[in-house]
Amino acid sequence: MQAVLLIDFGSTYTKVTIVDLESENILGTARAGTTIETNIMDGMNSALAQIPEPAEGWNFVRKLACSSAAGGLKMIASGLVKELTAEAARRAALGAGARVLEVFSYELTQKDLDRIIVSKPDILLLAGGTDGGNREVILKNAEMLSTLPVSLPVVIAGNKVVSGQAADILGKRHTPVVIADNVMPELGVLSVESARLAIREVYLTHIIQAKGLDKAEEFLERIMMPTPSAVLSAAELLAQGYGSEPGMGELIIVDVGGATTDVHSIAKGDPSKPSVMLKGLPEPYVKRTVEGDLGMRYSSEALVETAGKPLLDNLGWTDDQVLDQLSLYKEDPWRIPQTAEEAKFDVAMGRIAVGLAVDRHVGTIEVVYTPFGASYVQNGKDLTPLAVVIGTGGVLLHHSDPLEILRGAVFNPQEPTILKPQDPSFYLDKEYILAAMGLLREVSPQVALRMMKKYIVKL
Amino acid sequence: MEQKTVVLGVIGSDVHAVGNRILDFAFTQAGFKVINIGVLATQEEFIHSAIETNADALLVSSLYGHGEMDCRGLREKCQETGIGKIIMYVGGNLVVGKQDFESVKERFLAMGFDRVYPPGTLPDTPIEDLRKDLGMTID
Repeated sequence: MQAVLLIDFGSTYTKVTIVDLESENILGTARAGTTIETNIMDGMNSALAQIPEPAEGWNFVRKLACSSAAGGLKMIASGLVKELTAEAARRAALGAGARVLEVFSYELTQKDLDRIIVSKPDILLLAGGTDGGNREVILKNAEMLSTLPVSLPVVIAGNKVVSGQAADILGKRHTPVVIADNVMPELGVLSVESARLAIREVYLTHIIQAKGLDKAEEFLERIMMPTPSAVLSAAELLAQGYGSEPGMGELIIVDVGGATTDVHSIAKGDPSKPSVMLKGLPEPYVKRTVEGDLGMRYSSEALVETAGKPLLDNLGWTDDQVLDQLSLYKEDPWRIPQTAEEAKFDVAMGRIAVGLAVDRHVGTIEVVYTPFGASYVQNGKDLTPLAVVIGTGGVLLHHSDPLEILRGAVFNPQEPTILKPQDPSFYLDKEYILAAMGLLREVSPQVALRMMKKYIVKL
Repeated sequence: MEQKTVVLGVIGSDVHAVGNRILDFAFTQAGFKVINIGVLATQEEFIHSAIETNADALLVSSLYGHGEMDCRGLREKCQETGIGKIIMYVGGNLVVGKQDFESVKERFLAMGFDRVYPPGTLPDTPIEDLRKDLGMTID
């Protein structure tokens, strides 16, 4: 046996997964409340204690962890034009597994600085200007940021011509200041990989310690990455395959949580029909979006507000019934539906959360009428031919009817401009292993891939 | 001398791509850095692109006769977004029918364009003009 210990220090739960590299089996999974206030190891140990220990005791060959505890990796990004470098910076931060608290565009104001002080991000990402393009804004913003009363890690990923100068300005106040490649080196070219690596490096060298997670590193080898990053890494491996072991092809992973619904797509999303023109910012092959208003518990009120009429129509409930149900969730966010009616509400809500989250993730197509007839313009990814939709996250796993909820991800003929998958197969990450497999990829990509193919089941 | 940057595009619901490619090629050959935003370009795309790339000029094409409608307000939006002094050229089949070019030119100059070109203008003309307007030629 070659046991590997994989831990996800989540915001609420610490999840422990033990796998055997030889048999490629899960030896056990367990979870316990995350204990960030006292010692992060307490929660981990009580989760570990739930898994029956072999007679000879555990002898882990590797011990790896990811974390979204203590608020996860909180970032604030800033760029120049909202739709261009500011959006590119946002995507870079999301791709690095961050929770993006704010995205600022143009010159930072005193009010923006106040927001930064209040929301206490772990890392600032400063972009703006294409290479050789605008240089004033990033320099002015560096000046502004150097007046902050606290030191924060900063990653600069803007106009390369002035990155060094911006770093000098920021270095007077902040440490560390890291220069990455521009997130938008040319207009309309998205290049987030270097910024992503820089963010991860700062996370490993500074943030883990600042959050008190380094206590775990005395026992573990290392906290490798933020949890969303591990999930993205697993998703990428599962889509692409490794060596001679084929992957599942292009896919979407929907993580329905209590507070947010996250969508990850590993897909090019090129137009599926001929004579369609692409507009807008190019999409990253590995794309992650986070919808803060589409959670099933903590943000259920916001979800009902966003969903509005379709939810009520779906259920045939009155407003009062909905409000009563919401107050139940407010009292106990981890409430599991007790009656058939409640379960129906949960399904309707979940389906709308998935539907809206995928709506916002995928691209749109619009018809433009020109004097020469109709033309098609696509913005974002066309995922209509995509064949694989995978569900994960606490809400789906503990639900009696995850398939019904996941169907929200399917193309709706009544909204033909939203390019969602038309006829996908559905899968469920039943053992909740995606984050753990993202970690295992660092050790043995082949085993991680085969285990995902084994444990992620078709619905 | 530092390379000058131009934003090039076909404005409005216009899908004429051939002239756009030719202009892209010609201006690039002439030493400009061309940010080509292609066909179906909105006023906002011209402006946003110019801001990020610190462009020196906007080169607006319109071939389908609706140029007057599509171009109106562009200068004002530039002023509003802080690039009010940027050089703006426009050319193509700007209006419908056989209108007197002088009157068309007047209208586009009044809209805030610095130069207006009639149909059939070859790329050399605006390239020379732009060199002059940017102070790149030694008289």
